[in-house]
Amino acid sequence: MTEAAAIRLDNVSISYHLNDGGRYHAVAPVDVTIADGAFVSIVGPTGCGKSTLLNVAAGLAQPSTGTASIYGEVLAGINGRAGYLFQQDALMPWKSALQNVMIGLEVQGVQRGEAEARSRAMLARVGLKAFGDRYPHQLSGGQRKRVALAQVLVRGPKILLMDEPFGPLDAQTRLIMGELLSGLWQADRKAVMFVTHDLDEAIGLSDRVLIMSAGPQSRIIGDFAIPLERPRDLGEIRNDPVFHGLHKEIWDVLRDEVRKTYGEVEA
Amino acid sequence: MNRAKLLSLQIFVAVVAIGIWQLVTTTGLFGNVKTMQFFFSTPVDVFWRTVKVFVEGTIWRHLGITLLETILAFLVGAGAGIVVGFWFARKPLVAAVFDPYVKMINALPRVVLAPIFALWFGLGIWSKVALGFTLVFFVVFFNVYQGVKEVNPVILANARMLGMNERQLLRHVYWPAALSWVFSSLHTSVGFALVGAVVGEYLGASAGLGYLIQQAEGVFDVAGVFSGMLILAIFVVIIDGLVSLIEKRLLKWRPSAEIKT
Repeated sequence: MTEAAAIRLDNVSISYHLNDGGRYHAVAPVDVTIADGAFVSIVGPTGCGKSTLLNVAAGLAQPSTGTASIYGEVLAGINGRAGYLFQQDALMPWKSALQNVMIGLEVQGVQRGEAEARSRAMLARVGLKAFGDRYPHQLSGGQRKRVALAQVLVRGPKILLMDEPFGPLDAQTRLIMGELLSGLWQADRKAVMFVTHDLDEAIGLSDRVLIMSAGPQSRIIGDFAIPLERPRDLGEIRNDPVFHGLHKEIWDVLRDEVRKTYGEVEA
Repeated sequence: MNRAKLLSLQIFVAVVAIGIWQLVTTTGLFGNVKTMQFFFSTPVDVFWRTVKVFVEGTIWRHLGITLLETILAFLVGAGAGIVVGFWFARKPLVAAVFDPYVKMINALPRVVLAPIFALWFGLGIWSKVALGFTLVFFVVFFNVYQGVKEVNPVILANARMLGMNERQLLRHVYWPAALSWVFSSLHTSVGFALVGAVVGEYLGASAGLGYLIQQAEGVFDVAGVFSGMLILAIFVVIIDGLVSLIEKRLLKWRPSAEIKT
């Protein structure tokens, strides 16, 4: 098959100007390809530049070298075919949950009535049927994430970009959000680029896990296929021997990188 | 603390204060009663004077004029503050060029402008509106400028990813963010509009609360001065209450103050 990949980062590197006039090379040139309908996680130690790669795929950041292509087209400006789930709260606090979900449709020119119907249906799918009129501050952290998920999914993006979306949540809520995401993805397979530092989460959700080395000049140092069967029970899967084997194999690669980060901190 | 207890304590403070005032001015314990009443009048006199101006109805015209000046100063000042605040926040070069001048004008005590405004705009309402404007404008301007500049970058990035263009960002992100800052300073800016109106009237006018107080002072009518101040105070409390009501309606998306404190 020569079908174009959903996301293709070609020779992408990221470097910054430093105040002292030098340059910090955060990410060495890397190639990442994410096939249509594949759920791919990127795991790496803190500060390795994995979120920046995600922003390049979103069109929010410009690579210093190389290009990002979306379904074969070189990306210029915002990636209109992608939905982005942020780590931090990104809902507009002055709009109710329903209005927050609707706005993405309204700016596309969808009729108000239709936008509302579709948004209500999407809120119901993420389990917030009765919460449409609440404002973000009246919702819990997990509920706000659900609204954010609905806000992204209602526009029907072909690609989902996620930047440690469940990072700020407590362990139980994370698990439940993972199951919700897994279920939604199962029903409508989008290409997913999922950035996390939680290896359990990455293995549990993904088809493929990429490992990034510690910065500066971080690279992709591991690419693991996750052949676990779907649908998966994220609570139970941790007891699966295949999961254990994969976890050990990947952690062996990741561990040294994590240590390097902390070694640098101590130095 | 429950409401009833709080209210009774608040009333208690007023009773004590008025009681001391009455004691000082009528018993002769603190000096000659006539002298004391010349300087401080008495609560009873002030009360009856206030009732009299309301019963005779002479006060309404003055209140109306002060209210009109306050509202005009607020609307024009807030409008200009919002427009210029947006403009400066979106155009950093403009903001940088004007920065020292903004600081200079804002540092100027507004009272010194009152005579020049009287000269330019006459002794009618517009010189008072102008004085209120110079106070309100800067409060609103600084708040909008800050509000637009400090829009949460994550919310902004999210809005971009949701497909908003510049115009839609302005409407759905920048504008509500700035507006919430304007409303959080609403009490201050409405108060300033009133200060501008009253000070302007005090310094030269033919009507309004400030004018009434100034007239009473001119003839050493202390009861008249205190009565004017009492009416002004009640007026401020009512306006402030109205502002709170508006605030509550428009900022219903905000966490309530009870949670914050």
